[in-house]
Amino acid sequence: MSRKAWFVLLFMALLVVAIAPAGAQETQTIRYFTFSAAPDHVEDLNSIIADFQAANPGIEVTVETAPFADYFTLLQADVSGGSAPDVFELNYENFVTYAANGALLDLSSSISAEAPYYPRALEAFSYDGMQMALPESFSTVLMFYNSDLFDAAGIDYPTAEWTWDDAKTAAAAIRALGDDKWGVFSPVQFWEFYKKAAQQGECEFFNADMTESTINSAGCVQALETMVSMMTEGLMPTTAQMSGMSDSELFLSGNLGMIVTGIWMFGAFADAPFAWDIQLEPAMNQKAHHFFANGIAVSATTDKAEAAAKWAEFLTSSESAATVRVTTGWELPALNQPAYFESYLTQTPPANRAAVFAALESPVTPPVIVRQNEMQDAVNALLSQVVDGTLSAQDALDQAKAELDKLVQ
Amino acid sequence: MAGDRGWQKWKWVLLFLLPSLLGLTVFILYPIISSFWLAFNDWNLLSPPEFVGLANFQELFSDPSFWSALRYTLTFIVLYVPLAFVLGLGLALFLNHRWRGILVVRAATFLPVVASWVVVSLIWKWIFNPAYGLVNFALKWVGITGPAWLFEPQTAIYAMVITSVWKDVGYIALLNLGGLQGISETYYEAARIDGASRWGLLRYITLPLLTPTLFFVVITLLINYFQMFEQVWLMPMRDSAAARQVSVIVSEVVRNAFSYNRMGYASAMSWVLFGLIFMITAVQLRLQKRWVHYATE
Repeated sequence: MSRKAWFVLLFMALLVVAIAPAGAQETQTIRYFTFSAAPDHVEDLNSIIADFQAANPGIEVTVETAPFADYFTLLQADVSGGSAPDVFELNYENFVTYAANGALLDLSSSISAEAPYYPRALEAFSYDGMQMALPESFSTVLMFYNSDLFDAAGIDYPTAEWTWDDAKTAAAAIRALGDDKWGVFSPVQFWEFYKKAAQQGECEFFNADMTESTINSAGCVQALETMVSMMTEGLMPTTAQMSGMSDSELFLSGNLGMIVTGIWMFGAFADAPFAWDIQLEPAMNQKAHHFFANGIAVSATTDKAEAAAKWAEFLTSSESAATVRVTTGWELPALNQPAYFESYLTQTPPANRAAVFAALESPVTPPVIVRQNEMQDAVNALLSQVVDGTLSAQDALDQAKAELDKLVQ
Repeated sequence: MAGDRGWQKWKWVLLFLLPSLLGLTVFILYPIISSFWLAFNDWNLLSPPEFVGLANFQELFSDPSFWSALRYTLTFIVLYVPLAFVLGLGLALFLNHRWRGILVVRAATFLPVVASWVVVSLIWKWIFNPAYGLVNFALKWVGITGPAWLFEPQTAIYAMVITSVWKDVGYIALLNLGGLQGISETYYEAARIDGASRWGLLRYITLPLLTPTLFFVVITLLINYFQMFEQVWLMPMRDSAAARQVSVIVSEVVRNAFSYNRMGYASAMSWVLFGLIFMITAVQLRLQKRWVHYATE
């Protein structure tokens, strides 16, 4: 290359360097890390970002996605490596760990008073009196039922007032339809157990100041025995009887009368070759329904706190974001604005979508401790020993208490 | 090459070694040293490590999940090693024949060795499926109702041992075959002239001269199986009692490090595992004098 050509190139390079800051003077780029967008809702997220950037010139949002299974490993690596994303998604169970370790920025002063969050959802993401994340979306678990099987058995559909005794009676009638027909499926694991515990009403996993586990109380034992009874009475298949089929596959095969599962399954069940609907979950002594929430947090180490908080608030509370979420079936915004949900309520199946909001009247959040995953694994391992008959409910919960006590020490 | 002695020579040696030395330092040496240091710290990745002295080791020795993982690992080894050893030897003796087509058979027995554990576990999960798997189908034929194999911790261990033996036996046979083919034909000729039977040849010539290979096989099997992981992580059926209860030492390490964020505790566990393997290998090196014969020409 000739010397002249070099000069021209150098001049152009200098020109670009000189001009760039003038154009980008105000532009701040925010890194947003999410697990809920990919793979199905990346376009939807991009449309929310476009609205945000139009309303906030000078702020640009770049998105990084990871599947849920890898998300928290990657996030930890980023946070510990000092390159945390400015804004990131957290589920409720992991929120406490991050808040307790000082990884999150207090957003108390930056959220506007008119943001219409559900108070309960907002409260879920506060820690030590500080608003450490904003509620992004919520989800719940309901009873789905195969109407055709109920018709075949000649029994009435579930009602909102049902107890588990009613459900078991119906399950027995459906089971009697044939060897391959099962009455009900409600998995015996940590997530169902703390909810069934709330339905029982006298079972708490921990005492009020979280210093000791009370998971072996009489109420808890009774709740667990009720759960396991569905299996021991032959109304619900064991995992071995399902031979590797998942509970939702069993429901979709048309051989399962009732399944307790999340509202995120609406899409997967939409084309089921039978009629189905949803109902509130049966009660033991009282109603209780999961309240799962994802939140949006701002990193404590971000140098663009203001812009990051703006994006977090827009993503969680703006009408634009809420509309995109509801119309595309991408989780429900945790907002107290019935108008946003009108289009959601009119979609079918299921017909009884009002049950989703009725469930919010008896919300249960999971017991959360800093050593969350250890608690879940320990409880799950012990529950599986009750299911396979190696431990009684009381023995398993006595052992669980001992392990949980160690975890909250 | 410029200069073949002194500093000149080392400069060149170093230059050519640099790429692999760099990788070794960054990806092996540094992690080993830092895991040793981490074993004396409490570190959840989110806040800075905190020095706790021997607390991790103290906790380890009173941690029931560690002991149950160790027990499971040892039980697995007790079931697996003798079976793999005997079948690996038997297969090698079979493959050592010079029959027509034996090369194809040799290659076939090595296929499972090069297959990935993910693939192998998928295949065997089908074979062990209680409702439509081959194993229970065959058992039904002879009037036995097969167990739930990979769903229950009590039966999952047998299913995993069988799968592991199937996967490894080709490798063990290959090592033994190498040993067998290194035995000089002259020993056999001499023995045959002396009127030795086939059993005599095996007992007094083949086996003694194969002991260095057999020793290598036993040592590597033990080292590998104290570190077993893939089968236990991949094979138990999702959400089953087996998946929730079965764990070996390495799966405990992985769980503590990446699910519970207890890097220090996981490091301590890794070092205890290292110590265990080191001790067992040292004992074996001592014991070898009693049974390993190195051929001296």
